[in-house]
Amino acid sequence: MADAHARPHHDYHLVNPSPWPLVGSIFAFLLAVGLIMSMHGMAIGGLKAGPAVLGIGLAGVLYVMAAWWYDVIHEAETGDHTRIVQISHRYGMILFIASEVMFFVAWFWAFFDASLFSNESIQAARVAFTGGLWPPKGTEVLNPFNLPLLNTLILLTSGTTVTWAHHALLKGDRAGLKTGLTLTILLGMIFTCVQAWEYAHAPFAFGNSIYGATFFMATGFHGFHVIIGTIFLIVCLVRSYAGQFTPQQHLGFEFAAWYWHFVDVVWLFLFSCIYVWGSWGATIEGAAH
Amino acid sequence: MFSTNHKDIGTLYLIFALIAGLIGSAMSGAMRLELMFPGIQIFPTISAVLAGDGSIDAAKNMYNVFTTAHGVIMIFFLVMPAMIGGFGNWFVPLMIGAPDMAFPRMNNISFWLLPVSILLLVLSMFVEGSPGMHGFGGGWVLYPPFSSVAGTPGPAMDFVILSLHIAGASSILGAINFITTIFNMRAPGMTLHRMPLFVWSILVTAFLLVLALPVLAGALTMLLTDRNFHTTFFDPAGGGDPILFQHLFWFFGHPEVYILILPGFGIVSQIISTFSRKPVFGYLGMVYAMVAIGAVGFVVWAHHMYTVGLSLNTQRYFVFATMVIAVPTGVKIFSWIATMWGGSISLRTPMIWAIGFIFLFTVGGVTGVVLANAGADRALHETYYVVAHFHYTMSLGAVFTVFAGFYYWFPKITGYMYDEKWGNRHFWLLFIGVNLIFFPQHFLGLAGMPRRYIDYPDAYFLWNFVSTIGALVSLAATVVFVYTVYEAFQVKRIAGANPWGPGADTLEWTLPSPPPFHQYETLPQITGAEH
Repeated sequence: MADAHARPHHDYHLVNPSPWPLVGSIFAFLLAVGLIMSMHGMAIGGLKAGPAVLGIGLAGVLYVMAAWWYDVIHEAETGDHTRIVQISHRYGMILFIASEVMFFVAWFWAFFDASLFSNESIQAARVAFTGGLWPPKGTEVLNPFNLPLLNTLILLTSGTTVTWAHHALLKGDRAGLKTGLTLTILLGMIFTCVQAWEYAHAPFAFGNSIYGATFFMATGFHGFHVIIGTIFLIVCLVRSYAGQFTPQQHLGFEFAAWYWHFVDVVWLFLFSCIYVWGSWGATIEGAAH
Repeated sequence: MFSTNHKDIGTLYLIFALIAGLIGSAMSGAMRLELMFPGIQIFPTISAVLAGDGSIDAAKNMYNVFTTAHGVIMIFFLVMPAMIGGFGNWFVPLMIGAPDMAFPRMNNISFWLLPVSILLLVLSMFVEGSPGMHGFGGGWVLYPPFSSVAGTPGPAMDFVILSLHIAGASSILGAINFITTIFNMRAPGMTLHRMPLFVWSILVTAFLLVLALPVLAGALTMLLTDRNFHTTFFDPAGGGDPILFQHLFWFFGHPEVYILILPGFGIVSQIISTFSRKPVFGYLGMVYAMVAIGAVGFVVWAHHMYTVGLSLNTQRYFVFATMVIAVPTGVKIFSWIATMWGGSISLRTPMIWAIGFIFLFTVGGVTGVVLANAGADRALHETYYVVAHFHYTMSLGAVFTVFAGFYYWFPKITGYMYDEKWGNRHFWLLFIGVNLIFFPQHFLGLAGMPRRYIDYPDAYFLWNFVSTIGALVSLAATVVFVYTVYEAFQVKRIAGANPWGPGADTLEWTLPSPPPFHQYETLPQITGAEH
């Protein structure tokens, strides 16, 4: 079949058949079943196999993703990605980020539903819980101008270092590219660590309160995206050490940068809405003592 | 199975949709048989077979599981795969003069995630849902508290949630693929305003998918963490709000119904134009009517929620916005009629289906305007009037366009001609059948019969009986359909490149039937103003 399109008179990339979609779907199924079995402690033939199935599914999905992208990078390096194919990839990445934005819309929606309408009279049960206040009565919050502000600065700085790396790449300055990328990755890791420390020391819990639910799920999904973005940047760093990326063609790097900026912007919304506005007038952690 | 060819993948989608459609129809058949007479007749047996429990309570639960699964299957595993995955994959590249989709390998995983998804849904019917019962019976809308731990503590609900997560991922990837293909892979000269209307309809649909589905994914994730990790998004005892789920769900759900019908609009536009031998009347109006329907579709979601206690001003806004949608829809209906006006009409099978669609969809649209009124909806909410309304638009509207497209493109896909006589019989049987099913349901709804119950008072017997007779006629129509397809493959009448004559002026008819594995090795040049 590969020879059926030996020499077409166009620049599109007709991809060869690939096992990854089918294999990946099977692992996605195992992942889903394993997750459910773990959450409910279900057993097959008396054996609580949930975590094992979940593990196999997750490892399989990750392996397929790695193998799939390995193929993509290989195709890019062997010249399948013509100019017009690269435009397709740009569209694809923009649309993917657009769908991610809509995903975060759902979490912000939940946050504003709870924070703006904490005193809605027809929701008697909710008002009883919140006391008509946001944050709900009795909630101690994080000081937004302590670690969260520091994290904001860290992320904004990482936005500049990734741009440094980009400009270095465009100018053919490979050392600058590597330094910029390394700094960005380090800043991303520091952000994740600070976030983890803050989670561990938060004065409110994850469960049983809408404050904890919206806070941890919204910032948690953001943190998850930071980790994905960091891995994406690490792949770019490895590729730049392998001598890949040219000043003309470096979509992998560009997409990592786009993704990083997207994560950055989401954080600014999280910081201003949830940390600053969402804690306005509440008891700051430690202040009560 | 590893294919990266848009036509192979389109065929896989069509076969998948056919199988899922037969399962979903069988479920609705079981429900209609149950409702033929007052009292509870057949569901204890069904429940005994599927869940090993023949008690009346298990029967009631199984009935609700069937309504839920019927809805999910018909939406996510019949109409969407058939129209977007099947016809979209087959004909978007052909119509814009592209050799394939933009991301052929991603195209394949969009398909393979669907069998995974439906498998999870089917599994959910065999594990515990509400205490001591199998499956989830809270309806396809998954409202908490039915869907939270209070209503369905068992893992059945988690299977449904992850099934929809995976179906959603499949659709988002597919939608990204379509948008990219349409924007970046049009043949030289194929400007946006020269694209066939079917391509436009898929483009608008794909945008709706990319923007709406992630919100559903968020809502489903909240449900999942509420159920398993003690968050309280939808639990007022922890400051949450069950209505929030309805908002998030319908912010996805309302665009979703346009996702289901817009490709059908596109198919009908192609067919009406082909068999009237005229370009579509008001091409630009048709294009922007679809864009308008897609855009306005995002700001009308709460008309599904008039009875949850929205403020009066909110209700007024949603009444108004909802009625606005009737305007672009009317533009489309009248443009189709104007296309036929003065045309040289040949009543081949696809054309009959398309005209049938226009009639049925108009009926559904009229009851839609009735339901758009918050005041009238007070009385009709959750009655069979609503069931009749959305089945006229979806099961009669959308499914009729699927059949129209099927007969229209069957010769192109297979190279064989179906038999006109049998295609006609299929149409008339199904047309009579579905009208018998759903028209009396308007009367039942106006008389106050609520949805999603296994039984009803004797007063509703007559129209329920008629409705079930209609279901039996539709069953016969389905048998005729299967025979029609079988006959076409048996007799192997060669269709030729273009069986429809000069009215069929889109690019797919310039290729042989079936088209070669890779078409357009040399890209076609588009000149002139053909649409």
